[in-house]
Amino acid sequence: MSTHGFDLDAMNRRPWAPAPEADVALSVERLNLSYSGKPALRDIDLSIPRRRVTAFIGPSGCGKSSLLRCFNRMNDLVDGCVVSGRVMLEDTNIYLPTVDVSQLRRRVGMVFQKPNPFPMSVYENVAYGLRIQGINRRRHLDEIVEKSLRSAALWDEVKDRLEDNALGLSGGQQQRLVIARTIAVEPEMVLLDEPASSLDPISTLKIEELIYELKSKYTIVIVTHNMQQAARVSDMTAFMNLGRLVEYDSTDRLFTNPRQRQTEDYITGRYG
Amino acid sequence: MAEQDLHRQHISGQFNQELETATAHMLEMGGVVEKQVLAAVAALLELDSGDAQAVIESDRAINAMELDIDDECFRILARRQPAASDLRLVLAIGKVIIDLERIGDESSRIARQAIALSEQAEDDLARPWTQKIATIVAEMLRGALDAFARRDAQAALALARGDEEIDANMAGAMTALADTMRSDPEAVEACITTMWVLRSLERIGDHARNIAEYVIYMVEGVDVRHAELEAVLDLLPER
Repeated sequence: MSTHGFDLDAMNRRPWAPAPEADVALSVERLNLSYSGKPALRDIDLSIPRRRVTAFIGPSGCGKSSLLRCFNRMNDLVDGCVVSGRVMLEDTNIYLPTVDVSQLRRRVGMVFQKPNPFPMSVYENVAYGLRIQGINRRRHLDEIVEKSLRSAALWDEVKDRLEDNALGLSGGQQQRLVIARTIAVEPEMVLLDEPASSLDPISTLKIEELIYELKSKYTIVIVTHNMQQAARVSDMTAFMNLGRLVEYDSTDRLFTNPRQRQTEDYITGRYG
Repeated sequence: MAEQDLHRQHISGQFNQELETATAHMLEMGGVVEKQVLAAVAALLELDSGDAQAVIESDRAINAMELDIDDECFRILARRQPAASDLRLVLAIGKVIIDLERIGDESSRIARQAIALSEQAEDDLARPWTQKIATIVAEMLRGALDAFARRDAQAALALARGDEEIDANMAGAMTALADTMRSDPEAVEACITTMWVLRSLERIGDHARNIAEYVIYMVEGVDVRHAELEAVLDLLPER
């Protein structure tokens, strides 16, 4: 069974696969997590390839979102959450007390299920992270805002309404705006927690297309309940159940010939 | 292992039903095609042009079955987006029916040659070999369909070995026909007709082998087409 490493051969057989060399962007070692003493993640080991899309799938409560939230320490905000093991970003264990969490979250951005634009203009939403970093020169900001909105495939739709309140955008546009806001600060990694589950099918396809575009620059990890979505957008897929990583393999392999019975049952709808 | 997986129930009983129905239809088509092969060979050996004509006419029913099953598979793919073993099952059915339909075509060809031969000769000039090869390919076809029904990759793999026996009998038949043609120029036409029959039988064997290969793909997820036998053993998971 393959839970570590990448089946590069299988990945490279995909005609649309990008450059063959996939080095590791982030690795998890013996990660355990509990909420108020109740275990939610057990002995997780896995590596996330750089500039690839990795999907986490599994039934509700399997731990996939908890695992995702470990990658930028979002779980720190949850009372009673205890994490052990290591999450290595480059050469640093991000759970070391010396790690600057705001800095970490700039490097590892996150997008949630429900679009959460700030109640301010479209422009200021994207410029927000940059202003916090002390970047205030209008021309510089203009450049980055446009670039980020273009990368998020939103520019054409909002270029004439940059000063309008972001809350007036549609759900799909709001989600792409949040992605633009996330990538404006040039993160290394983007975590997507059910990014399309509150969107209609067309907006969902736009987000999926965007994910494909973004992976040439960023490492993407996506949690999704929608198995077909994982199959469509990801290069690697991890199937989790009851807090454990059951199987981790190239998406091609996992959806055509999984190695584990549990995975087979889940993806063919025999689970439960 | 894989066998149990495939028999476990889906959460959606309707999806279960659809997969089972498509499989049953494919096996039913297999049964009809198998009868067709045997009927064509019997018509040939009896030089019965009436029976041969019946074989030719019933080919239409096989073609219709292929279209119906193809449509079933297409609908399952479009509506259910099957994955893993379900996906492999639907793809395998879609491929098997193509080979079955071609076996039906070869049976019709044999039947047409039977009609021709009934006007050219008193007997099949390579009778013992024709009988032998027909028996082997009919067994291969039945074995491949059985392996499909039982999801038995090992049995399917064993079928691939039937090839050598066919080759040996083909060589024997060709030598005998060549001898006849040399000694009796009057028999050349009938010999050529017989060669067409043997060629059709050999092709039926090839199609049966293809079906066996799809069974291995369906059960193990390993594509063994165009692989040498030794390499196939390496490809299969250890038992």
